[in-house]
Amino acid sequence: MLDLSKYQSIGGALKDAVEVFANETSLIEADRERENLRLTYREFRDRTMPVAKSLQDAGFAARDRAAIIMTNQSKWLIGAYAIFYSGGVLVPLDYKLTADEQWQLLKHSGSRVLITEYPIWRQLGAAKGRAEATELQMVIVTEAPIETDLLGGVRWEIPSSHAGEPEFRPRTRSDAATIVYSSGTGGRPKGCVMTHENYLEQCVALTSLYPFAPGMRYLSILPTNHAIDFMVGFFGPFICGAAVVHLRTLRPEYVREAFVKYKITYVSLVPLVLKNLQKGLQARFDALAPGKRKVFDALVTVNKALTKRRPHPALSRLLLKQVHEAFGGELRPIIVGGAFTEPETLQFFYDLGIPVANGYGLTEAGTAITVNDLKPFRADTVGKPLPGMEVRVIHPDANGIGEVAVRSKTVMSGYLNEPELTAETIVDGWLMTGDLGRFDLAGHLQLFGRKKNMIVTEEGKNIYPEDVESVFERLPVKESCVFAANYIWPQRSMVGEQLILAIRLEPGQSLTPALRQEITARNNRLLNYKRVRGIVLVNEDFPRTASMKVKRNVLAERLAKLDRSSAVLEL
Amino acid sequence: MRTMEQTTQEVLDLAAKHFQVAQGSLAPDDDFFKKLGINSLQALELLSRLENHFGIELPDYEVQGVSDFRTLVSRIQSRL
Repeated sequence: MLDLSKYQSIGGALKDAVEVFANETSLIEADRERENLRLTYREFRDRTMPVAKSLQDAGFAARDRAAIIMTNQSKWLIGAYAIFYSGGVLVPLDYKLTADEQWQLLKHSGSRVLITEYPIWRQLGAAKGRAEATELQMVIVTEAPIETDLLGGVRWEIPSSHAGEPEFRPRTRSDAATIVYSSGTGGRPKGCVMTHENYLEQCVALTSLYPFAPGMRYLSILPTNHAIDFMVGFFGPFICGAAVVHLRTLRPEYVREAFVKYKITYVSLVPLVLKNLQKGLQARFDALAPGKRKVFDALVTVNKALTKRRPHPALSRLLLKQVHEAFGGELRPIIVGGAFTEPETLQFFYDLGIPVANGYGLTEAGTAITVNDLKPFRADTVGKPLPGMEVRVIHPDANGIGEVAVRSKTVMSGYLNEPELTAETIVDGWLMTGDLGRFDLAGHLQLFGRKKNMIVTEEGKNIYPEDVESVFERLPVKESCVFAANYIWPQRSMVGEQLILAIRLEPGQSLTPALRQEITARNNRLLNYKRVRGIVLVNEDFPRTASMKVKRNVLAERLAKLDRSSAVLEL
Repeated sequence: MRTMEQTTQEVLDLAAKHFQVAQGSLAPDDDFFKKLGINSLQALELLSRLENHFGIELPDYEVQGVSDFRTLVSRIQSRL
């Protein structure tokens, strides 16, 4: 591993990594059972330089912003390195957003360049939001079919017409490295400005617990625009000379095959995928013949006893050979993040000798804040603060539960163009997370719900109710407002969160089937995970500020007096 | 070569069978996430089953953002 204390920027560290590990495998890309690509670090470098040269020849300057909207693949990382090499600021955007949302973020971030895949560009290039992103000057399109109109984009494959090598443009630790959007869009996009120092420090902390080395392989499934995959599926393995495996499909059967075929060392998953794996394994255990099942259960019991204090990977692999072989036999902890994982799922895997490194983090804090160090394994907490993280609980109640606050070199410099929001979020150097937690006697953090009117889905998506409201604008009612149900009726729970639509009807109006249908139709315009699940009828006008904005907290307090089960009408 | 109607019927029947709901209870305009109460991973499982049935490959990007049977059928039909 490179000594990151010597480096000022991501680009500087990567530049040395591709030299130091020149002959090691850097990337493997597979599509179903076919392997498309396998690159050494030298080859990775050789593929990056023409892209960096094209960017620079097109006038891309240091500090300029360049967005990437791609599924997980080799060109994501090649494009990102080209941007860092050129001194640019990377804007990684979620490929699952709608074209309009993507255009809004391209505009908000002031991106001058976009690197994207043809199937995404096909929709994006034709969307109406394009006219507003006036700063965008260059679109590089990958995987474009021959003789296709690229709607003003240029092909990834076309090298620069200028001879010579691109220039390496150094940056300093306090410069912006990325702008990461921590949620969807709507009224107020939240672009976290992350510095080079944020990444360098986070990488040191994470690799101290979960080290990479040449020969190790990380399976990249979480979207690379997500802070976790960017760190453990790109920067972390690259500065250690490990390999990243990309799959062009996320079908469970091919993902399962990839574990075995590529003998995966690490993988990061969102809780939803982890639960799906659990379900699949459980079904296989349940299908065992009674005799075999008895033996299997006995082996699990032995494994549980042996791993009570700490994991024993070698012993577990021996005892539960078949289970481990199904994961390739070399899997170290599964990293899970992006959302809360239920203790029962964590315990299931630990009992099989596959520890799940669950933790807690948010984009604003530079990926992870706490991680389970497995000494011993605890399913009921999100672990202890990572090295370099100061974590405290603000204004604890009688039970010791209060808002979790974090201070660290990994905390973002602020939200792009939002000084007020930044000042509300980072107070005296402490990042207010909006999550409720408590430390136990062993120094482990336990989480108890959210203070913010926001939900985090099992797929690791953050949803701000304000962002969902746009589809309900001008609904034929007096007024409406979207809330996270747990914000109104605190559940002290990190799971089972839902959005509800609060409606104030016009005088004499009732909730007719036609109105319900209209609400449903609008709701269906939202991506599935963003949909509202219930309606609450409010019998008085919404409280508003002098500028006529809804006073959400006051309205929430009023609604809290209602009984949740009878007040929420299922949609 | 199947007609659009035939493909539609086969997709609906297979989806009903896969998620164990009554045959005939699904309609082309149904949102399959909502109607079947499934998540994105379960939708991918259904796709694999449909691929095997029709003998085609549907890349993940082709079905990104698709949530109703009608659009899904049109993507399948274009590859038959």
